[in-house]
Parts: sequence; C-alpha cells; structure tokens
Amino acid sequence: MVKHRYSFFLGCVIPNRLPQIEAATRLIAPKLDIELVEMKGASCCPAPGVIKSFDKDTWLSITARNLAIAEENGLDILVLCNGCYGTLIAGVHDLKDPVTLKRINKILKGTGHQFQGKITAKHLVEVLYNDIGKEAIEETVVNPIDARFAIHIGCHLLKPSDIRPWGVVEDFTLVDELVEALGGTIVDYKLKDMCCGAGGGLRSAELEVSLDMVREKLEAMKQAKIDAMVNVCNFCHLQFDLGQMQANKHFGTDYQIPVLYYTQLLGLAQGFTPKQMGLDKHYISVAPFLEKIGMSV
Amino acid sequence: MTLLIDRRVINGSKIDGKLADDMTKAGLDRIRSCIQCGTCTGSCPAGRRTAYRTRQLIRKALLGLREEVLSDPNLWLCSTCGTCTERCPRKIDVTEAILYLRNLSCQAGYMRPEHQGVSHKLIETGHAVPIDDPKWSKMREELGLDPLPPTVHSYPKAVKEIQHIIKQTGFDKLVNYKESKKDGKT
Repeated sequence: MVKHRYSFFLGCVIPNRLPQIEAATRLIAPKLDIELVEMKGASCCPAPGVIKSFDKDTWLSITARNLAIAEENGLDILVLCNGCYGTLIAGVHDLKDPVTLKRINKILKGTGHQFQGKITAKHLVEVLYNDIGKEAIEETVVNPIDARFAIHIGCHLLKPSDIRPWGVVEDFTLVDELVEALGGTIVDYKLKDMCCGAGGGLRSAELEVSLDMVREKLEAMKQAKIDAMVNVCNFCHLQFDLGQMQANKHFGTDYQIPVLYYTQLLGLAQGFTPKQMGLDKHYISVAPFLEKIGMSV
Repeated sequence: MTLLIDRRVINGSKIDGKLADDMTKAGLDRIRSCIQCGTCTGSCPAGRRTAYRTRQLIRKALLGLREEVLSDPNLWLCSTCGTCTERCPRKIDVTEAILYLRNLSCQAGYMRPEHQGVSHKLIETGHAVPIDDPKWSKMREELGLDPLPPTVHSYPKAVKEIQHIIKQTGFDKLVNYKESKKDGKT
C-alpha cells in the first residue's frame, strides 16, 4: 500500500545529464511506500545561481509555474537537487506575499496555470528522514554497506536557514544518519560544510575558480582515507564526478574518489545491482568502492 | 615604508546615491546597517582564492559607485553558498544583495556569453541544461527510462508556456535572444 505520495520534480541535470540518479530513485521509492507522481511539462526550476542572477521576476514566474503543476497534482513536491530545492522553497516563501503572488500570477496568465500557495517542496533528505524515518529505511536493507564515507551536504539544502525546516545550519547530521542506517561509517574531514563550487553560475562561466573549490574538498576527502563520498544534490554530484575529472586534468592531480548520490547507495543496500543504480555511467570509476564491499560493476 | 591602505578620493560625479535607495526598495534595507566588519569576506569560499571581496562590493554599493559595482567581474565569482548571509551580525541578506546587483549588472549590459547561452537554452527548450545530444536519450534508455523525461521535453505546449512567460518579463531582450534562433534545434 502506498502511504507517501509526492509530485516528483526532476529539474534539468538529473533527467538530461545524470539519469542514473533518476533511475535509482524510481527503483528505491516503492520499497519505502513512496509513489512518485509525474509533474507533466515541468521545466527548469529555474536555476537559482544563474537565472535568478539575471532576472528575478523571470525566475519567480517560471518557479511559480512549476509549483502550480505540483498543486494541480494536489501533492507536495519531492526534489532531489539542492539548487532546485533552493528555488522551489524560496518561490513558496516569496509567493506567500499576496502582492507578489498577484503580480506573478498575472505574468502566468495565458499559460493556463495559476499558483495558489497550497503546496510546498520537500528535499529528499526531509522526505526520507521526517516522512519515512530511519527505522523504515533500515528495514529495507538486505545488503548492509560496510565502508568509510565522506558526506557532502551542499549549500542550498541548509541555506538560507530562515526558510528551511532544519533548525541548524552547521553540524547537520541527518545525511550522516541516513548513511549510517545503511551500515556505513561516517568519516569527518576538513571543510565538510564548504561549497562544492558549482553554483552561482561558476561552473558555466568561471570553471577554473569552480574547479579550484572542488579540488580543495577532494584533497580533504583524500586525506580522510574514505572509500567513497556521498551527496544529496545532483549538481554537487556532477561537480564531484565530472568536475573531479576536469580538476585532475586542469591541476595535474590524480584524485580517484568514487561519487555516489544517496539513492544509489540506498539501492545497493536494498539489493539492486550496481548496473541498475547506473554506477557504470560515472566519470570517476566506482569499481574500487564496489570491490571493497564485495561487488563489481 | 608604504601604507597598506590605498588612499582614494571618491569623485562626487561618480556617486549615484539612488543605488542604495533601489536596494532598500527591493527589500534589502538592512544593507544600510552594514558595519564593514568583514565577516562576509572572511566566510567566503570564492574570496579565499580570488580577488572577490564581498565587504568591498557592499561598501561600494552603499557609496553609490554604481558603474564600478555593476561592471566589476568579481560580482560573478559568488557561488551563492549563503554563508555570509548566515553569519552577518547585522542580519543583512548579503547573498540576495549580490543577486540583486547581478540583476542590475545584466540590465546595464554586463552579461557573460556563457550565461547568455544558458538563458537561450532555457528560452528554446524550457531546460537550462536540455537533452541536446542523442547520447543522453540513449543513456536514459539503457537505464530503463523513457528516452525523454516527462518534462517540457515531452510537452511542446509547455515550452510555449515558458516562452510566453519570457515575453511577459522581457527576458528574451535582456539576454539578447534573437527571434530567428527560435526554431533552431539545440
């Protein structure tokens, strides 16, 4: 019986660049009694670092259209990307102001959508931790993952904290706990709270600065002697995986840190194969990590 | 011995006091309470490796050095991580202030070609990062997914809705989007 239903927001990077995260999430969901209802015709969130940097009204109007599609489903949104989460939750917040809502709905006139402020957006971590619960997740584990992990939380999951549900902005342990529920050991490392460097339009227009930021994090992770890093944001994931390869080329380094999105790790623990989790589609080989836990790609 | 601080006389003709007023009207009124403590700069991961100085930018904005602020390439080095906003002792939403200044910078014509490119993709497809190569659809199919996601990519009418919004806000003009490119495949 399905107990938890959400409007499933994909965004851009997951369906169009990292479909392994989409595939993994669609497979793990039924085991947790989650039904993912499609948001037909949803668009870019749009990206908070770029489109919001260029024109706030355009950003908010397209956000409102996405929120309206979820509202037409009658369901809160489940979102996998910190950036999309940042946009959608800021949209919900900004559109609570009746004057702003009226102005933006006027722009939406002609699209067939109007937002009424009846739904909100939840990040995967919020859904898993608060709505499903660690115990229920533990119950689905058939293959505990005994390995050492560094967690990268990502900025927009936590900040700005005044419109987030967590109550903390540092020492955030929920992702650590969700990984521990699968049997993993969390390794602390320098600069855990630091940004991956992908956001704000840096990956698109300031790649060198962007890669220098992820390089600093990768060095700290390497020193912590981990088997893999786990993230809860596909844009951070892209930066750690593709960006790691680019950083190696750019700076002459040789980092080989396997990168996993949380639902990929959860899927392995639930008994899905590495191939089903799309682990053969990564830029940095996941093989050393899989070998450590007695699997292969 | 030289002084570490450059002495600089601000020429009156450069000052545009309206900039701080505009920021106030945009809901960033707390910016006027900035005490220049530098917590923002000290917290900034981009500033640690570049010449981007958040405090300096905020000070210049308050002084009304509009042209200098809006044309400064450093304005585009913020990764929007939000750490400065969390730590500001005067509770200034520094990140939102940076985003607001970026909006003004775009209006003044300072926009990176890469950022215009991302915007053009959004206008053409509804995705800032679209499926613009068949290899991505092939990868989706290998994972047991439909070749196109159930987003704007599967609903041409939805793309028209995005374009309708963009016409309403004038975003196409802002990002220098040429009508003739509209039918071009990405």
